[in-house]
Amino acid sequence: MEWLPLFFAAAMGFALFMYIILDGYDLGIGMLIPFANDEEKDLMISTIGPFWDANETWIVLGVGIMLMAFPFAHSMVLTSLYLPVAIMLLGLILRGVSFDFRVKAKTDHKKLWNNLFSIGSLIASMAQGWMLGNYVMGLTHSSLSMFFTLAITIMLPVLYIMMGCGWLLYKTEGDVYWKAVRWARIAVLPLGLGLLLISIATPLVSETIAAKWFRLPEAIGLMPIPLASMIAYGAIIGVLSSKSMLNNDKGWIVYVALIAICIMCGIGLGYSLYPDIVIDKLTIWEAASSKDAMQFAFYGTVIAVPCIFAYTIFIYRVFRGKTTELSYESDR
Amino acid sequence: MEFDPIILARIQFALNISFHILFPTISIGLCWVLMFFRLRFTQTQNIKWEYAYYFWVKIFALTFAIGVVSGIVMSFQFGTNWPGFMEKAGNVAGPLLGYEVLTAFFLEASFLAIMLFGKNRVSNRVHLISTLIVALGTSMSAFWILSLNSWMQTPDGYVMKDGVIHIENWIDIIFNPSFPYRLAHMLIASLLTVSFLIAGVSAWRARSGVHGPGTIKVMKTGVILAAILTPVQIFVGDMHGLNTLEHQPAKIAAIEGIWHTEKGAPLTLFGIPNEEEQRTDYAIKIPKLASLILAHDIDAELKGLNEFENEHPPVAPVFWSFRVMVGIGMLMLAVSWFCAFTIIRKKDFSKFQYTLLSAMTFSGWVAVLAGWYVTEIGRQPYVVYGLLRTSDVVADHAAGTVLTTLIGYIILYAFLLVSYIATLRYMSTKPARSLELLQEKAQDDTEKEL
Ligand code: HDD
Ligand code: HEM
Ligand code: HEM
Repeated sequence: MEWLPLFFAAAMGFALFMYIILDGYDLGIGMLIPFANDEEKDLMISTIGPFWDANETWIVLGVGIMLMAFPFAHSMVLTSLYLPVAIMLLGLILRGVSFDFRVKAKTDHKKLWNNLFSIGSLIASMAQGWMLGNYVMGLTHSSLSMFFTLAITIMLPVLYIMMGCGWLLYKTEGDVYWKAVRWARIAVLPLGLGLLLISIATPLVSETIAAKWFRLPEAIGLMPIPLASMIAYGAIIGVLSSKSMLNNDKGWIVYVALIAICIMCGIGLGYSLYPDIVIDKLTIWEAASSKDAMQFAFYGTVIAVPCIFAYTIFIYRVFRGKTTELSYESDR
Repeated sequence: MEFDPIILARIQFALNISFHILFPTISIGLCWVLMFFRLRFTQTQNIKWEYAYYFWVKIFALTFAIGVVSGIVMSFQFGTNWPGFMEKAGNVAGPLLGYEVLTAFFLEASFLAIMLFGKNRVSNRVHLISTLIVALGTSMSAFWILSLNSWMQTPDGYVMKDGVIHIENWIDIIFNPSFPYRLAHMLIASLLTVSFLIAGVSAWRARSGVHGPGTIKVMKTGVILAAILTPVQIFVGDMHGLNTLEHQPAKIAAIEGIWHTEKGAPLTLFGIPNEEEQRTDYAIKIPKLASLILAHDIDAELKGLNEFENEHPPVAPVFWSFRVMVGIGMLMLAVSWFCAFTIIRKKDFSKFQYTLLSAMTFSGWVAVLAGWYVTEIGRQPYVVYGLLRTSDVVADHAAGTVLTTLIGYIILYAFLLVSYIATLRYMSTKPARSLELLQEKAQDDTEKEL
């Protein structure tokens, strides 16, 4: 059962990946809310109403797998990320509850909840960037790694905003659709620039990662990653600048292309880390829990995850298509 | 002023979980009650049940959302505040928490979408099944988390190797000795909390004359449910206590305020525990009753705190919390039977009864918190009873960092609690809105059919 830690490392990576591509869009929409008028706000929030809760559960699963399989990493990572975790949680709490309060509170309080919803989304996204950046830097606190962390702290919200636009392009039509196009056109350049800079900076600031990236022959095998990312990025630009594609409701391609970019980043990150779970500090095998614990967890995971997948697809099918009405009111 | 980071971390943990549990308590119970409303509607086709469902499902959604976000805090907290706990007990705690995510959280969160927004998108049957799945999901998550908590109280099925806890038998771990009692006690506590919540809010609406159709039905449902469940809860609580006497005698000694081992121990109703002098001041006692209740023999010997030096919890908080919980239990019994009697005689409630019920709206919350304080403080100085001390598992964060985040949480939670109750109040005073929406919907539906 030597491969169990590997299995769980992959499962954890997968859960966090799902988190980023799913909760990413609803966090992004949260950050876009201030730029919309009241009616559009309602519609935008309706597009994520049925999904956000399950989306957020993916991070709980990621942490859950870490608890199940890598208790040592759980304490090492979360103790040293104490502050950003606390900040992220404050953000997630604010936005999660504002969601419900905003439609139930008095009308004159609605504005307050809208604002809290956006601020919470922004705080949570930035804190996640901070966590991710510091994690890639092996939880170190040199000035170089702080700088890198800061860059990711700014970049992740941009990525989420872009995903939010992509989701709106998929779920809406009319005014909101065209607004999303506008927002996406603004966000797309900073996104590309940021991705590029981070790709260049990563091997510069981390020797461990540099050693892995520029080792032959692996380096050749890695080439498809930046290539595919560039193609996906090109696709985004292509769609956003083609009137006919946008008119023909092909905006959803933006979201799909972003997923592709995230997959590539995920593979790259996984390769950079392996076999460590905390870079330079702890390998997957050192962090693993006991064999019995893992075995028990393994059965649960292989049975439950496909089921989760199946009913997630079912839910997305039930709520497929353009969101038009305010579907939030439970009695509508 | 200097703060001890251990104390701060404990306060923070206690604050977060205390805030969290308020909302699951309602979600777990309310979901089954909603299920009941739906079923009654399907059976009787009485529109009042449907109104009741629509009113309470909104409150459910709000409660659930706060439960989810505060729960996420919990799953991070094991790592941030108690790293030693995950390192030493991670083999047990990890998989149990993991199973909760895998089998319960996704289920709830996903089908909640259909339950809340899917009414017009799926058939009535699928909608009903989704509601059922959400109800099962919340109860399932209570199952796993209580299994872990019970294991921490009465550990079983493990072996210790090099200071780390390893698995011997999962069945013994999951179904550890105190688990059945704790699960039953907690699930009933949820239902009781909800009965008083729905009865209280409805009574308040009826009394202020703002209620829509169905309110009285809901109030009666709450009263009857409470009248049935309270005695069951008292019985289960008693069994729970006997179980605790077997496994954690120090906790019982603290609950009962028994300082020195004695035969034919009296039951202390009230008093002020005085830890320095090792006695209870101003105690009102009933002779021999403690021995009778706990050992079913008036002359039985009960162990006192003197036998557990440095191994027993602080007495006063356990002693007091227990009396608060049991006191509310008795109050619930009196109120629910008093009101149920009126219903059985087919009389109308008096003004006094309305006031009584609305005053009891949040009584369940108080009892639940008090109960958890008995359980958790009563386990000290251990995190895992007899195996791991709390002081061995704490993280060494700077006191300043913990204090800052603690203050942040306090402000946030106070704000949310106030908003929650204010919103409940606001929704209760606006029956007209839900009625209008329903009428509109009824119109929409007829138009669609035409
Ligand atoms: C007896 C019940 C009970 C208890 C003691 C706890 N919880 Fe809880 N929890 C629930 C019952 C519950 C629930 C009813 O299942 C919730 C409330 C609303 C919801 O969505 O699920 C929930 C939500 C919830 C969530 C969010 C789930 C989601 O994303 O859908 C997490 C991560 C936790 N809890 C974690 C914990 C941890 C780590 C606890 C212990 C320290 C804990 N809970 C105590
Ligand atoms: C949901 C209801 C719960 C409430 C209200 C609650 C409350 C508390 C309180 C007040 C303490 C502090 C005791 C003290 O320090 O004197 C505590 C300790 C603790 N509880 Fe709970 N608890 C609950 C459930 C749980 C569950 C389900 C778990 C684990 C699965 C848990 C794990 C712990 C741990 C690890 C400690 C030790 C840390 C400490 O001493 O502060 N609790 N709890
Ligand atoms: C009136 C009779 C009651 C008795 C004799 C009783 C007994 C007990 C005992 C002995 C414990 C501590 C168990 C331990 O940790 O070892 C406990 C815990 C608890 N009680 Fe009660 N109880 C009563 C009523 C209630 C009521 C009315 C509620 C809530 C509505 C409630 C909610 C709780 C909760 C949430 C806990 C902590 C969780 C647990 O350990 O199960 N109890 N109860």
